[in-house]
Amino acid sequence: MKRISSFRRHRIAGPILVVAALFTIGTAFGVASALPSAQSTMTTGTSTLVSEGKAIFLRGCSSCHGLHAEGGSIAPSLIGVGSASVDFQVGTGRMPMADMSQQAMQKKPVYNAQETAALAAYVASLAPGPSSVTNESLTYERDGNSALGGQLFRTNCAMCHNFAGQGGALTNGKYAPSLMGVEPKYIYEAMVTGPQSMPKFTDATITPQEKLSIIKWLQAANHEQNQGGASLGRVGPVTEGLLGWVLGLGLLIGAAAWLAMKAK
Amino acid sequence: MKKSVKVAGATANYVDERTGAAKWLKKNLTKVFPDHWSFMLGEIALYSFVILLLTGTFLTFWFDPSQREVVYNGSYLPLSGVHMSAAYDSTLHLSFDVRGGLLMRQIHHWAALIFMSAIVAHLFRVFFTGAFRKPREFNWLIGVGLLTFGIVEGFLGYSLPDDLLSGTGIRIAEAILQAIPVVGSYLSFFAFGGAFPGTAFIPRIFIVHVLLLPGLFLALITIHLMLVWYQKHTQYPGPGRTEKNVVGYPLMPVYMAKAGGFFFVVFGVTAFLGAVASINPIWLYGPYTPGQISAGSQPDWYMGWLDGLVRAAPPLETHAFGHTISWNILIPGLIIPGILFTGMALYPFIESWITGDKREHHLLDRPRNAPNRTALGVTSITFILVSLVNGGNDIIATHFHLTINGIMWFTRVGLFVLPPIAFVVTKRICLSLQRADRDLVLHGKETGRLVMMPNGEMLEVHEPLSDAKKWTLTQHQLPEALPAPLPPSATVGLKGKIRARLNRANAVQIPAATLTDLKELGDGHH
Amino acid sequence: MSNQIERFQDPGLPEHVHRNADVDPKAEKRAERQVAVLFLLSAAGTVLTIAAYIFIKSDKYTYLPVMGSTNIQQLFLGIGLTASTLFIGLGAIQWAKKLMPDQEVIAERHEFRSEEADREDFVATLKEYGGSAGLGRRSLIKRSMGVALGLVGLSPLVLLRDTGPLPKKFFETNSWAAGTKLLLDPAGTPIKASDLEVGAVAQVLPELPAGTERTLENTGKDAVLLIRLRPEDFNLDAERLSWTHEGIIAFSKICTHMGCAVALYEQQTHHLLCPCHQSTFDVTRAAKVIFGPAARPLPQLAITVDADGYLVAKQPFTVPVGPSFWERNSSNG
Repeated sequence: MKRISSFRRHRIAGPILVVAALFTIGTAFGVASALPSAQSTMTTGTSTLVSEGKAIFLRGCSSCHGLHAEGGSIAPSLIGVGSASVDFQVGTGRMPMADMSQQAMQKKPVYNAQETAALAAYVASLAPGPSSVTNESLTYERDGNSALGGQLFRTNCAMCHNFAGQGGALTNGKYAPSLMGVEPKYIYEAMVTGPQSMPKFTDATITPQEKLSIIKWLQAANHEQNQGGASLGRVGPVTEGLLGWVLGLGLLIGAAAWLAMKAK
Repeated sequence: MKKSVKVAGATANYVDERTGAAKWLKKNLTKVFPDHWSFMLGEIALYSFVILLLTGTFLTFWFDPSQREVVYNGSYLPLSGVHMSAAYDSTLHLSFDVRGGLLMRQIHHWAALIFMSAIVAHLFRVFFTGAFRKPREFNWLIGVGLLTFGIVEGFLGYSLPDDLLSGTGIRIAEAILQAIPVVGSYLSFFAFGGAFPGTAFIPRIFIVHVLLLPGLFLALITIHLMLVWYQKHTQYPGPGRTEKNVVGYPLMPVYMAKAGGFFFVVFGVTAFLGAVASINPIWLYGPYTPGQISAGSQPDWYMGWLDGLVRAAPPLETHAFGHTISWNILIPGLIIPGILFTGMALYPFIESWITGDKREHHLLDRPRNAPNRTALGVTSITFILVSLVNGGNDIIATHFHLTINGIMWFTRVGLFVLPPIAFVVTKRICLSLQRADRDLVLHGKETGRLVMMPNGEMLEVHEPLSDAKKWTLTQHQLPEALPAPLPPSATVGLKGKIRARLNRANAVQIPAATLTDLKELGDGHH
Repeated sequence: MSNQIERFQDPGLPEHVHRNADVDPKAEKRAERQVAVLFLLSAAGTVLTIAAYIFIKSDKYTYLPVMGSTNIQQLFLGIGLTASTLFIGLGAIQWAKKLMPDQEVIAERHEFRSEEADREDFVATLKEYGGSAGLGRRSLIKRSMGVALGLVGLSPLVLLRDTGPLPKKFFETNSWAAGTKLLLDPAGTPIKASDLEVGAVAQVLPELPAGTERTLENTGKDAVLLIRLRPEDFNLDAERLSWTHEGIIAFSKICTHMGCAVALYEQQTHHLLCPCHQSTFDVTRAAKVIFGPAARPLPQLAITVDADGYLVAKQPFTVPVGPSFWERNSSNG
């Protein structure tokens, strides 16, 4: 079983990348000023939230996205992307971006929930757009149908995210991330906002009800128990072939060597 | 006399009086088999085949090879209410509602992977040791046939459940059929009983998978084994082993116990994989429909190199006179595999044509002593491996932070560049190893002990090899065993010139150390 | 020193070395016990298999390192079967290695070529018996037999003709026609231009005439992908631009290489990727192939809206969809 564990061990790369990413943020973007301030005050009114968000935006985001979120040469306009987009991008740590690579990676969020909400409120105040949601508001357990969700997933999502939501390769080093362990609200927000390479799935093409079904199916896939032993990453025949050669034939060749060895 | 012995004696008598078996058995029960781990690779393939027959029979009790549409209502909830074919539905039933059904499915699939790996490993062993040489060319051809049918059998097998992944595989197979010039679309309609996917294909491949091909396997394997039996097994060179004998253990009882026991070991290892490692989890793939696809769609490994070649192919099509020829499918999907397998099948005859060697060979070559053959083998393996890597380029890209485009370009260039490099490097390594053998025989083993000579010179003590070891390292290339230099008459014309060139290349060898060499060195060594 | 090169000599089979079990009765007993223990472990494995079959429910799971949450019944059935087979094997091999005779024996080989006399006899026999049939003399029989044997294989081939109908125009046609509504897959509802924002996609199938059932055979040719871009992102000629509607462009989803569903749309680069063989198509340039083995762009479906504002096909596909075939006229795409 060594093979499998070593196969998974590459995920240790994740934390290392996060550390590297954080370091880069610190140097390249002067994020020091934008790091969560200890005395972040509790706000009550929306307008206070918006102005607080604007302040954070000017400090941490405007160098790329423009002083009025109108976009720049390296970053898109945020006018009309809605609070859903901010909640997804900032809440999953994709924004602020660590470096100008192909794709913003999920990492430890730079802003806390309060600051993310403020940023979201500010961006939402610029123009109407999809609103952020909370996990509690997604009643997928009650309203979703996981079998239908599976069909929708296979038609609309599996081509990039793989049949079991494990993620997959796109062109030129971009990739569709794994959906395992992703909070329901981020999945919902990603569908309505189409972050980065991902296209949008509007409420007309996949109804909110259907989106709940997809989430319900994904939650089931998340907790999908291993019916037949180690899952081998659920990426299809590649890992199976590797294990067949290494462990299967390996053990048998070992047995053959023992068989042909002269006894003492 | 004990009762059991009496009964056995009576039975033997009964059978012998009716068949005369005693005479045949007396001779064959003491048949000698040489012992070496690499001689078990073919046995792994054989035993995997038996396991495939046993587990496969179990699976047929529940599997329904039909593409009739049904609605799933079994115990796997994420698919309940989904429309699917009866084949997929019955595979789900077999996996979740038959105790041990999933285990048998997994053992069947793991055994198939091991079957193919063992065939390939066995092929390598036979190739690199020259075991295919006269008189064993027939068995080589049968082996190439078994490998080819094995690939087809495996493909048909994993296509049966009609899940999204295997349906995609069938879709691609259909596209290959469809791409065959002139008759392609007809062949496709005949194979599928009309339009793809239709309802005829799974029932048809089912009978091919469970009857036609296994029957063919059984026949070919029987001939394969009978020839091994009749021609006696080859053996590795060593003291006491000659072209005229075979040294090993008798079938009764040692090999019966070892080979019989090994069957159970193969079963045990396959069952172990089936118990602890998931394979082909079709319930996750979902049922097949042409409008859906999953990221990272690959075939099993023995088809993976073909898929990798197809991926790497240039976008070439000929459009002329109202017809289309898809070179991007024909070249990687049919022409290159055709050349590879034909070349492989003909290799024993090509080698003997080059060397002019028409003698029987029962002593195996050490791969280093046949540098050109070894280099050619490594070259072919390199080609297949590069293709295989490309066949998994999407999984490799996501797991090692590479790009599919980068791996694809590496493959496109690597397919042409790496095999020749592999040839040169392997040949050089072989010649170096020959040189090392020669040095070892002449100068002995380094012991790591240093002594100071009376004149102050430091020397490392070398320990002479045993006579057995010396013989093993020098037994090849007896003067009469050198590849025969061709007579001038055989080197006329273009064909003759090619032959002469290859023959010369084959003669490049480091001469084995001889006793004369050793004596000439005199006492200059330690 | 003679000129004759002297080679090393074959020292012959090394002397047989006795195993511990051959010389030491204690070691022999120990080996015997080892074999017995292995066989008994196999028996225990069989008991485990049967117990797992009877007593473990099929919906029980347990968490194991490396393997994750695993079905216990499957695991124990498998481990039991592993033990019951593996240990028989190990026991038998251990028995052979430790206790059965381990003195190597030599068997002689003989050349396969028959004795010269036998070969001559054979040829003579062949001539005598074969000749008595007179095949060499009776050329009429020889030739007619050749004809008969040459043709006999044709009948089974002809009989396979009815394995399927003739393709006729199947590969050239599909369900799309002028005015066919675009229905969402799998919901089956029509779609309006306003339903798609910039950056949005939709998987659609054609509305079939009443009474026609949707089959996988149709889906395999009909599946279409709708993508909405900013109109200024298009890089199309006037005709192809007129096939789009307010930035919405429609392509056949069936790969022109080998028929997989091409649906990996990257909304920033506007690239479409096929996961089977990684052909990449540029949506802004009418799905021109920019990478991979596909040789032709994905066929574009001309779309417009009907009186109710629903998206419909303006005209059928102008070229056959899907992979190439011999009869395909590809001179205009």
